[in-house]
Amino acid sequence: MSKDTLFDKVWDLHKVASLSGGSDQIFIGLHLIHEVTSPQAFGALKDRNLKVKFPSRTVATVDHIVPTDNQSRPFKDNLAEQMIETLEKNCLQHKIRFFNIGSGNQGIVHVVAPELGLTQPGMTIACGDSHTSTHGAFGSIAFGIGTSQVRDVLATQTIAMNKLKVRQIWCENKLSHGVYAKDLVLHIINELGVKAGVGFAYEFAGPAINALSMEERMTICNMSIEGGARCGYVNPDEKTFNYIKNKLCAPKNENWDEALIWWQSLKSDANSIYDDVVKFDASNVEPTVTWGITPGQSIGINQQVPLLEELSPNDQFVAKEAYEYMGFEPGQSIKNTPVDVCFIGSCTNGRISDLRVAAKVLKDKKVSSNIKAFVVPGSEKVATEAKQEGLDKIFKDSGFQWREPGCSMCLAMNSDKLIGNQVSASSSNRNFKGRQGSPNGRTLLMSPAMVAAAAINGKVSDVREFIN
Amino acid sequence: MKSEFTPPIGKISQIRGKCISLIGNDIDTDRIIPARFLKCVNFDSLGKSVFEDDRKTLKGSHPFDLKENQNSSILIVNSNFGCGSSREHAPQALIRWGIRAIIGESFAEIFYSNCLAIGIPCFTLPKKSIQNIQKYNISRNLFLEIDLKNSAAKSEDFNFILEIKESSKKMFLSGEWDATAKLLENYSLVEKKFKQLPYIKFGK
Repeated sequence: MSKDTLFDKVWDLHKVASLSGGSDQIFIGLHLIHEVTSPQAFGALKDRNLKVKFPSRTVATVDHIVPTDNQSRPFKDNLAEQMIETLEKNCLQHKIRFFNIGSGNQGIVHVVAPELGLTQPGMTIACGDSHTSTHGAFGSIAFGIGTSQVRDVLATQTIAMNKLKVRQIWCENKLSHGVYAKDLVLHIINELGVKAGVGFAYEFAGPAINALSMEERMTICNMSIEGGARCGYVNPDEKTFNYIKNKLCAPKNENWDEALIWWQSLKSDANSIYDDVVKFDASNVEPTVTWGITPGQSIGINQQVPLLEELSPNDQFVAKEAYEYMGFEPGQSIKNTPVDVCFIGSCTNGRISDLRVAAKVLKDKKVSSNIKAFVVPGSEKVATEAKQEGLDKIFKDSGFQWREPGCSMCLAMNSDKLIGNQVSASSSNRNFKGRQGSPNGRTLLMSPAMVAAAAINGKVSDVREFIN
Repeated sequence: MKSEFTPPIGKISQIRGKCISLIGNDIDTDRIIPARFLKCVNFDSLGKSVFEDDRKTLKGSHPFDLKENQNSSILIVNSNFGCGSSREHAPQALIRWGIRAIIGESFAEIFYSNCLAIGIPCFTLPKKSIQNIQKYNISRNLFLEIDLKNSAAKSEDFNFILEIKESSKKMFLSGEWDATAKLLENYSLVEKKFKQLPYIKFGK
């Protein structure tokens, strides 16, 4: 059993009671909600005649269903309009802060909360979305919950949960040029498998993690869940504190001084005990692309789609399914695979640094003629910043469509969808069957820089050939 | 699919029903209920759309479409079932189709906790045992009677012991799987905790 890790410390701090049966009642310091997984929870509160106990600890935005072309109200899609109206009504009724479209602070919930300074070290954070693990980049303990647990958090500010074990993922050395956080996390998931993290929180540590920016750390923690881990985190450091400083909801003045002292004390002890430790050498990671239907099915850009016999017996079943669905032959190179659609965005890679990297690749280049390429900033703030830097112009000049913020084609709940069996080069997080809106659509996950390179060549390419 | 849905309430100690086997590892929640069906403000109409895209692809031969599997309530699955999104819509679609218990090699974490929260016990068995049950079930009906207290399942032909987390078992047997009431009981402790947390006073 783990001892004295950051996870243990934050868990213990938030433990309200031991419940019969062995689970703990845990206080949730920050509850984030959005339009998809909250309406039924508010409905359940009404059915049970319950109130929101701590409305000040819940914050809302709208992201999954928003259109990215025309955001004027009412939305063209009646169901989407109904969902945003329901959220507006619930927030108003229960006095919950809501960052709506046009507020300047709307966006994907996992982009918005960090950029507002809501996400802070030492907190427990829950949201009805599996990518809530993103917030662990700040040294918070953050995890996705279902709608019944959203109801519980609204009604009690707590949930019942079994304590997780802790696996440290130690990353030695540093990423080489043209290799990004996305490549590293895809590599880790490939090595450990998509279900290795079940029952664990992942602590990402080591020189390669320390060297990452906060936004890169968010990319890593974001995809913990793709490795099965509900929660992933990084011990906070000066980068963390500098990122938070002066943000809208960050502690100010004497509160800042006090917060800083507490945050600096928050980390896994040098002699802390982990349930498991695994080590990686970050310098060995190549630009990585998925070839299959789970985020664990990935290879380096210069590698071939694995042969069945190269895989463990447990992985062979899904591999067969993946060959057939994706249309790949075992042993085929991933490089030069033709793509139809290029998507840059999502809570994994829709932040300003992601847009900067992609724009650098695209500058003075053109998107291949038969490609549909679009970029969806993660938030209104990201969009504003990108425009101030002229990134929107670089994208548009290259042939990318510049869209309004939202989740968009990561899960295709709005009108941004693949058609038929189109192949998408995507900076998002899931390559599941049908994930991007077409029941036979195909997704290749990669870093935003790699998506930009694929857009220029019209096929999967090595971004290192585009950058100096 | 059952036409009228009655959610489970209170103590759950016994589940009886016909088994339906669904073969495949890493079956994610996007496959259980594709994202377009998440455009709703309640769960009522999800049952008919469970596995919609997989079923369309298989044109009537998906286990959820086979005549012999209709009115089944115990789902037999393989490894890492329910991975991906935290959408409770996935187990809500399954329960509205008629599923009341799931037996599998392993489950994704959030899916498992969502099932617990809506009253669907998820049991595990070793890979080989699951495969044997599925093999048996493909060619003939399998009716199981699950006794949660003893983690025991019996059918006409065989009896076996299921595995389930002790904490989950206790919650089903006591009715505390529907956690809100239990959590509210400790309200004075919650208030106390709220006041103790260092960051509450840091401001908004």
